[in-house]
Amino acid sequence: MFSISESEVIILNKNILTIDQLKKFFFVPQGVLKAVDGVSFSVKDGETFGLVGESGSGKSTIAYTIIGIYKPTGGKIIYRGKDDISQEVKKRPHRLKKDIQIVFQDPGSSLNPARNIKGILEMPLKVHNFGGIQEGQDERVVELLEMVELSADYMYKYPWMLGGGEKQMVAIARALSVNPSLVLLDEPTSALDVSVQAKIIDMLIQFQKKFNLSYIFITHDLSLMRNVASRIAIMYLGKICEVAQSSEFFERPLHPYTQMLISSVPVVSEEEEKLKPKQIISRGEIPSPVNIPPGCGFYSRCPKKMKICSREDPEFIEINKGHTVRCHLYKK
Amino acid sequence: MEFVKYSRQEEDKSMSKPLLEIKDLCVWFKVFGGILKVLNKVNIIVWPGERVGLVGEMGCGKTTTMKAIMKILSIPPAIIPSGEILFKGKDILKMSYAELQQIRKKSISMIFEDPTASLNPVFTVGIQLQDIAKQTTKIGKGKTKKDIKQDVIQALKEVALPDPERIFRNYPIQLSGGMRQRICIATTLISDNELMICDEPGTSLDVTIKDQIYRLLKKLVEERSKSIILITHGLGEIKNITDRVYVMYAGSIVEVAKTKELFVHPVHPYSQGLFIATPKLSGGIGKGIPGHIPDYMNPPIGCRFHPRCKYLMQICREKRPPIYKVSEDHEVACFLFQNRR
Repeated sequence: MFSISESEVIILNKNILTIDQLKKFFFVPQGVLKAVDGVSFSVKDGETFGLVGESGSGKSTIAYTIIGIYKPTGGKIIYRGKDDISQEVKKRPHRLKKDIQIVFQDPGSSLNPARNIKGILEMPLKVHNFGGIQEGQDERVVELLEMVELSADYMYKYPWMLGGGEKQMVAIARALSVNPSLVLLDEPTSALDVSVQAKIIDMLIQFQKKFNLSYIFITHDLSLMRNVASRIAIMYLGKICEVAQSSEFFERPLHPYTQMLISSVPVVSEEEEKLKPKQIISRGEIPSPVNIPPGCGFYSRCPKKMKICSREDPEFIEINKGHTVRCHLYKK
Repeated sequence: MEFVKYSRQEEDKSMSKPLLEIKDLCVWFKVFGGILKVLNKVNIIVWPGERVGLVGEMGCGKTTTMKAIMKILSIPPAIIPSGEILFKGKDILKMSYAELQQIRKKSISMIFEDPTASLNPVFTVGIQLQDIAKQTTKIGKGKTKKDIKQDVIQALKEVALPDPERIFRNYPIQLSGGMRQRICIATTLISDNELMICDEPGTSLDVTIKDQIYRLLKKLVEERSKSIILITHGLGEIKNITDRVYVMYAGSIVEVAKTKELFVHPVHPYSQGLFIATPKLSGGIGKGIPGHIPDYMNPPIGCRFHPRCKYLMQICREKRPPIYKVSEDHEVACFLFQNRR
């Protein structure tokens, strides 16, 4: 009811979310922890944008900053080309809070153990004044449960009665209950088994088509990313190393870190084995994000490091249309 | 006993005795409101020098099996109503405490999923490793303190830790997750044991670190021709390291095959489902297996997989499927194969 009409969106901007030089620093006793340091990307309407990186690379921090859990230290987050949502979450308009939803990694701790499923699913409906009167709400809850293939008798169950997969389904239903446009999926399946994971991913893809959703999908599982994302960004130490279309990303990885990541993926079939770049063997570990030395963050682990890498931080270079990489190797 | 090289021929198998043999092991847990019948007649054999994988979903009893081998299950609530665990022909379940300690010191070692929880936070890495060295090495008491320290530093070097002298003095909290897991692996190197049990050694680590840990394990196992049981729910890791794989579902083994064979054609509906559900780097992801792991309080009668199986027949509801041979070294517990020879 509040959202902008569709024709208007197309005229305004095709990007649902634009992030410009986003910075999020934490001040810790040892110094400044640069969790996110100058990240820029944009998410197109109706696409799945993938964020990949090791733990500590700042991918979850980006999601939390977008949703408003953290206030960015610098930079801008523009929603639908006109709303600046980089200020404090208290100042964020109600309709934007509704429009951007999040699904967390661990469904066990993101659902309130003291409420039953009905209570959990009703809460966003009440807050955003959905369904109007009380009687309508029960029907909406049943509708939501059926949407995620859970029967209506789940309404009076408590989170601890459900399995991990079912809990995550409830978390997804809760996120989708207020008809959002952008859903942040922060490793939604990494706590689950493969057989359950496949089911949830399948469901998420269906919802995307049905409700015209945009996803920001965060994971460290590259083979999963290959199957869900249309565009992928690789993060390392709070910065983006490479952005590319999903298919190109796996066929022609350019950044040494991307190559290292892809070659580390455990695979099950021979044809996948061929896709992996052979020459890169992973070594070293992600350094502490406190007091990062100058130069490229990947310098300490890079198999192709040069002298310049320790002094200068590389700039983004566009190799193909939509394929950019931040590495001195590709400097003209 | 002599180590048999991994490259041994088939005739060696008939000559050598299995290192570890689990026969019809059942483990139950007594909880409020009833008994959880978790393990349901598990049979596993490990030959000397063999690398065995155990795959299955969360809560299917992989870790319970391994804990039973080490006899570190807390009894009660656990009950072992039947079954035998033979290590070189001797039943671990019937051993005295002293014998058991000898097995734990010298023969079997275990690496756990969470390296942070398996190291003592109040002692330095060096002290912990030296303690193990003092207990486990055969001539430990004849060695000087310096020798033991040298051994420990050598082990730290072998697990590719940079600057072992410094790490020797560090507390676990000062190290990263990958380094802690390497130290856990180093503990198994000091005690010169024959069987290593790795319980999801890479699950709590990042992709690149996980890759490093698995490569290290593979190298060490090959160099020293140790036996290893690798437990994981990721099929990719299993493919790289193991020779033979057991697929477990809800407390029973459903399929056994050579790794190469299993990855080319899995035959049990559950194994097939697992392969389809695994996302592929080359593109493609299946729909997953409907349903979830059964309630162990009232497990399904007959085949435990039948409520989720798409090839369900009447007999699956009534009887537990016996093991059928599909080919040499490939066995499956499924009624679909009862008429095939």
